[in-house]
Amino acid sequence: MGILEVKGVNKRFGGLQALGDVNLSVAENSLHAIIGPNGAGKSTLLNCLVGKLIPDTGSVMFDGQSVLGRKPHEINQMGISRVFQTPEIFGDLTVLENVIIPCFAKRDGSFRMHAFESVANEAELVQKAQQILSDVNMTDKLDMHAAALSRGDKRRLEMAMCLVQEPRLLLLDEPTAGMARADTNNTIDLLREIKEKRDITMVIIEHDMHVVFSLAERITVLAQGTPLVEGTPENIKGHPKVREAYLGETQD
Amino acid sequence: MLGLNNRDTRFFLIVIALTLFTPFLLQPFPEGSAMAQFNAGYPDLMQRFAIYGIFAIGFNILLGLTGYLSFGHAAFLGVGSYSAVWMFKLLSLNVIPGIILAVIVSGIFALIIGYISLRRSGIYFSILTLAFAQMSFNLAYSVLTPITNGETGLQIRLNDPRILDGEGASQYTNLFGLDMSSSFKLAMGDYVFTFNAGYYFCAIIAIAAFYLSLRIFRSPFGLMLRAVKSNQHRMNYTGLNTRPYTLAAFVISGMYAGLAGGLLAAMDPLAGAERMQWTASGEVVLMTILGGTGTLMGPILGAGFIKYFENIFSKINDNILHAWFSALPDGLEGFLVTIIHPFVGKGWHLTLGLVFMLVVIFLPGGLVEGGQRIKTMFSRKKNSDAASDVKPAE
Repeated sequence: MGILEVKGVNKRFGGLQALGDVNLSVAENSLHAIIGPNGAGKSTLLNCLVGKLIPDTGSVMFDGQSVLGRKPHEINQMGISRVFQTPEIFGDLTVLENVIIPCFAKRDGSFRMHAFESVANEAELVQKAQQILSDVNMTDKLDMHAAALSRGDKRRLEMAMCLVQEPRLLLLDEPTAGMARADTNNTIDLLREIKEKRDITMVIIEHDMHVVFSLAERITVLAQGTPLVEGTPENIKGHPKVREAYLGETQD
Repeated sequence: MLGLNNRDTRFFLIVIALTLFTPFLLQPFPEGSAMAQFNAGYPDLMQRFAIYGIFAIGFNILLGLTGYLSFGHAAFLGVGSYSAVWMFKLLSLNVIPGIILAVIVSGIFALIIGYISLRRSGIYFSILTLAFAQMSFNLAYSVLTPITNGETGLQIRLNDPRILDGEGASQYTNLFGLDMSSSFKLAMGDYVFTFNAGYYFCAIIAIAAFYLSLRIFRSPFGLMLRAVKSNQHRMNYTGLNTRPYTLAAFVISGMYAGLAGGLLAAMDPLAGAERMQWTASGEVVLMTILGGTGTLMGPILGAGFIKYFENIFSKINDNILHAWFSALPDGLEGFLVTIIHPFVGKGWHLTLGLVFMLVVIFLPGGLVEGGQRIKTMFSRKKNSDAASDVKPAE
């Protein structure tokens, strides 16, 4: 039984069947990649996991508890963090503040009226935030406005914001989209390092096969809203069905 | 000191000093001189500076931190005034119960209106708050006449019950016997300074209100509110529920508005529906933006600026203009008076509008940004080789 169990999930948008009977089981502490051509339903599936969309039928269980019908902040409090396709950060705040906010969310829950305390007095949280920022090599940018960061740095900041919460499941939506090769390789190294250092399960949606085959332990191929095949990278690499889904019908 | 770091403590002490010395600072010209027009050190105006300062400080907690633009905050001001006057009528002309009730009632009002309005954000939120405020205005103006006394406005009368006041109690609003209207005049040569009990009462409350806002700005709660303004989407996916944060900010700013309304009634015990009209809501938006949204000092500066214009520029009439330019040849005098005429007296709104436009276009950070630019300009002149140190607006 995996930490994340998706069973029989269907989602329709009007006449379009975005997800058709998706079953997915993600083992604890594994790195599971979901790949597929454009419009395969990868992002829809991810949105169903974090409470942005509610599937028409089926169940999504995280660690034995259903996530369906819960709000995004409740799902995050259960231990699921998400990195977005375009980095979602607090652009008006400094890099350090960006990471302190998830620290408060982790410690104090989804709401607390701490109007008479001072952020400066929370030495423990500030230290924790600084530590994680040094893990992602951003120590020299602590006081910068997050909006002024480069795209690669924004991505690393978002990753730090998710990691500082010590989530049990980290969902990554195309973490290398639009990145140069060097940045992509840095991201691969970063993810690999995270994986080695922490007990964390990761689900990654990715277009870039280089990233997928460098990192993933299991791969699910999604096409037209349905899982086509699932297996180890070696199984997937030469699989005829996968080639078909990506490249169209084979001639011979 | 008081849970503030050194820099904030210094800042806070400067604010206290400025507030306490206002009667001197606003009286820079000797009595009887041509410039005495511009003196603002009289009780009524100083009280307004403090009261509208409180109103704008509270409004800034909502607009400056969370970015939610409410167009209905005058409703809370009005509710505060009505509550206070009712306390003056029923309990006592001592201002304390009235002000406490004003804060509580406006807080409850803000909770209800905020709970509904905060279901939407952006322009829809603004429209909802505007609608609620206009509803409140119309209720106060007509439907609720038994409570609000309609268009006449709620006033105190000699035959009010005032069950806590004894036989010889003061017939004016007072603080444990000290009349709010009582003043002490200090004459120094040509200068006359007025120290008014009501002003100092408002000033001390304003200092407390400012302190509270400073604490909120520096607190984790304040950080969360700034996060709401920056990216709600990320907040939700970081495990934070934005609704209670925005609602808390809305209620706090509503209570500030109620406090200001209560103080207005305490200085002059009447409450009229026009205090709730949309123009009054718009005024606090102007104050905050003019001074500098999201800065600590900005709203107070903006409130002072607008109230100064309203009271001083509106008093300048053609006679005064003629007196100013009397030394000039007749033709030129007439010409100058004609040019300036539309901008003063009844036309003071025109001047204010121009200033507001200039500030928004050239100083998006408001008067505070202007002050900072001047400061950096001078520090650059002083030591031109040192790298300039531009700090984000406080």
